[in-house]
Amino acid sequence: MTVAIEKNPPVMLPNEPIITPQIVAEHGLAPDEYERLLKIMGRTPTMVELGIFSAMWSEHCSYKSSKVWLKKLPTSAPWVIQGPGENAGVIDIGDGQAAIFKMESHNHPSYIEPYQGAATGVGGILRDVFTMGARPVANLNALRFGDPSHPKTRHLVSGVVAGIGGYGNCMGIPTVGGETNFHAAYNGNILVNAMTVGIAATDKIFYAAAAGLGNPMVYVGSKTGRDGIHGATMSSTEFNEDSESKRPTVQVGDPFVEKLLLEACLELMATDAIVAIQDMGAAGLTSSSFEMAAKGGLGLEMALDQVPMRETGMNPYELMLSESQERMLIVLKPGREDEARKIFEKWELDFAVIGHLTDTERMVLSWHGEIVGNIPIPPLVTEAPMYERPWKLTPLPDVLDASQVPAPTDWNASLLALMSCPDLASKAWIWHQYDHLIMGNTAIRPQDGDAAVVRVPGGSKGLAMTSDCTPRYVQAHPETGGRQAVAEAWRNITATGARPLAVTDNMNFGNPTKPEIMGQFAGAIMGMAEACKALDFPVVSGNVSLYNETEGRPILPTPTIGAVGVIDDVAMAVGSRLRQAGLGIVLIGETKGWLGQSLYLREACGREEGAPPPVDLAAERRNGDFVRAQIAGRHVAACHDLSDGGLLVALAEMCIAGGTGATVALPKGTDVPSHAFLYGEDQARYLIATGSPDQMLQAARAAGVPAVLLGYSGGDLLVVEGLVALALAGIKSVHEAWLPAYMNTTD
Amino acid sequence: MKAAILVFPGSNREGDVAQAIELVTGRKPEMVWHGDGDFAKTDLIVVPGGFSYGDYLRCGAMAAQSPVMAEVKRRAAQGVPVLGICNGFQIVTEAGLLPGTLIRNSHLKFVCADVHLKVETSQSLFTNRYQAGQVIKVPVAHAEGNYFADDDTLKRLEDRGQVAFRYCAPDGTVDGSGNPNGSIRNIAGVFNETKTVMGLMPHPENAIESVFGGTDGKALFEGLVESLS
Repeated sequence: MTVAIEKNPPVMLPNEPIITPQIVAEHGLAPDEYERLLKIMGRTPTMVELGIFSAMWSEHCSYKSSKVWLKKLPTSAPWVIQGPGENAGVIDIGDGQAAIFKMESHNHPSYIEPYQGAATGVGGILRDVFTMGARPVANLNALRFGDPSHPKTRHLVSGVVAGIGGYGNCMGIPTVGGETNFHAAYNGNILVNAMTVGIAATDKIFYAAAAGLGNPMVYVGSKTGRDGIHGATMSSTEFNEDSESKRPTVQVGDPFVEKLLLEACLELMATDAIVAIQDMGAAGLTSSSFEMAAKGGLGLEMALDQVPMRETGMNPYELMLSESQERMLIVLKPGREDEARKIFEKWELDFAVIGHLTDTERMVLSWHGEIVGNIPIPPLVTEAPMYERPWKLTPLPDVLDASQVPAPTDWNASLLALMSCPDLASKAWIWHQYDHLIMGNTAIRPQDGDAAVVRVPGGSKGLAMTSDCTPRYVQAHPETGGRQAVAEAWRNITATGARPLAVTDNMNFGNPTKPEIMGQFAGAIMGMAEACKALDFPVVSGNVSLYNETEGRPILPTPTIGAVGVIDDVAMAVGSRLRQAGLGIVLIGETKGWLGQSLYLREACGREEGAPPPVDLAAERRNGDFVRAQIAGRHVAACHDLSDGGLLVALAEMCIAGGTGATVALPKGTDVPSHAFLYGEDQARYLIATGSPDQMLQAARAAGVPAVLLGYSGGDLLVVEGLVALALAGIKSVHEAWLPAYMNTTD
Repeated sequence: MKAAILVFPGSNREGDVAQAIELVTGRKPEMVWHGDGDFAKTDLIVVPGGFSYGDYLRCGAMAAQSPVMAEVKRRAAQGVPVLGICNGFQIVTEAGLLPGTLIRNSHLKFVCADVHLKVETSQSLFTNRYQAGQVIKVPVAHAEGNYFADDDTLKRLEDRGQVAFRYCAPDGTVDGSGNPNGSIRNIAGVFNETKTVMGLMPHPENAIESVFGGTDGKALFEGLVESLS
């Protein structure tokens, strides 16, 4: 590597500390990483330069532990317009329209300050999507909390839900789906994964790569304050008992300003004044400016004193590292500044030209006329540390036979207990706090179907969206768990009748320097890659959150899969509500009675053991394609995939959601024990309510798809002959009671 | 019917109501920016839902002071019909066009859900396509929708038939079970004395199409078209 001779070495600011090994360590840089920095710089850095390297080389921004593995995921398909590497992924959904989406974590901030942490998580992911030219049309979120009995859990649920609602509701974007789990492994480290889906015209997509020598670099949005300094570095270390003292590193959100920023950006995007645009997310002005310049192969000179500031006495270090929210960086075409300024002034937002593009490939930062930072851009990006950390795969646990799991002594009680356990209980208390109806396009609402379905504005197409992961499967065997998470997301999209198109992944794991954690990551990626390939379900965007540990205890490995599919006529989408008597209840897919790692095993027997259910990707594809074709042929009144809790839980959910009972029996001649048949979590299965069961069975036989008629809908009881007989009202009341009762309890 | 929809910084359901009006009238309403003190003559002014000015200070308080609201008050005084929905209801009460006020929901949380409403009268521009006593299903989405007024005001409202809608159970029973926010006497919407101004917390504009939440809100807009065309 050659280092260009520096024409403008920076000056030291008054009161600027001398860089010591301690200061380097406080910035999260390992000694060898600092050596690497010195080689690139050819001299000791100034404080602002050190801060920039620290942020850019943090795990959060550099993906230094995960990059080698992420490359193994399939990212292309004919309908993929933009895969990973931009602010969000872009897929073609036909009619000149694109869906732009991504999921991102805000785990550490949400644990420290749940309301603001979750709110700014939503704000950040919304910006990632609208910075590419899309109007956001839906939000989803995947939440994992600690054990309900943990003293902090209630407070965290309350704050996170209020924060997500507070931000999304004010923005006017419907929050239409998601998932919420509880497990003691998240006691000290909750997960808040937020996903946004937007719609843009395929010929009006905006990217981050800067272009055009001399073009102005413009700062718009909120003023910069001192909040969130070192957020990216904070998110790249483990928690300990002092973590609460890191509250000042959590950003503070203002959804009102973001709403103005959204409208102003879309208004400017409707002109042709923009060359490139990038939101200021993690590591704020630092990462946005470096990414834009690096992607464009250009240099950048910025006058930091021109940055709009919220407080007096701020210095270059704080300005470069602040994670103040609701800010964007834009490269404009020359001479278009006034036109752009007028739009931002109309929306009462700050607008400042803070720099211009150069051909030096250096980032030159000035402060009242003096150079305070001068960094060569390419080596900071290309020479960034990248680790092939040691990894140790989790061995496949022994398979648990159904005979090793006791059947319930009281079937009715066992179903009621499952339906009211924290993971399966209704989450209505949560999603009623989210405006899920605004925009008037929500066709399938939360809890009414396996995926949310919203109409794409300006036509009759619908987008189906879901987020899925079963962390206990991933913990038991990461490869199977990774495969299952992708397969379940694909299945949930399919169950509405939509064609699954692409995935965004949010990889939440523990400390990657531990070989067994890195092994979980590696295993999950292998499983995901295999499933994505087999199902033509490429990964187009994603986010990695590591160091999710507290006092050395890691979370369950949680590769959350967000997925999007499309249905040509939104009115053809089906939900899971059983609303009509006399329909045949058909089980699609093969039931072997897999109880290892099942919810029944955990909730009824208090055991978390065994191998998770295997995922046969060929069967997934065959069964899913069959179900989708049946929906397209209008043979399906309701459809629900079988997942947590298995067949009986799925049927109970369909009944209480639609207010119609059902009477079913186990198929004659099955050698699967009843409890394994009804509570087993075999994959690639669906329950379908149909007015023409015989025809469906015939079609299934022809397609080589296992299918069996279990019984019919009707009445106000759920009956499994000889085993279960429960009034729907009773199931519904325990199902709906748990979460509100829990949240209304005071410690 | 020519309709104008006001847009404040932070409005977010203006598109929903515009879509509803266009579906019913086949004609795009005019969108009026809050800074415009003057706008074309219209048959109806709609103040839409959202978080005008971020709902900072107090919901609707700042929007009520904007230039466009001064003009709305002038036109309302001349009898131009005004419909305030959700944040728009908060704004028109703050502006003094309707009695009472909207306070924090009694359970202190945002609530988005379908609710049932009992139509109190069909004798108005806004409700003439409904029957008195009819029960309709429309959604609410708000954190500050708890209607409150003092006893004298309530008596006046009831005596003059100024209550437009009440929250109720699906069978029409007006009791606590159907009340999503603690509103006094289950009041979901009110008229001014001349019944030319109506405010309500629920969103009839989100109940226009069967696939997207039902059609019970459509008659409100159809009634307006019939009265104002």
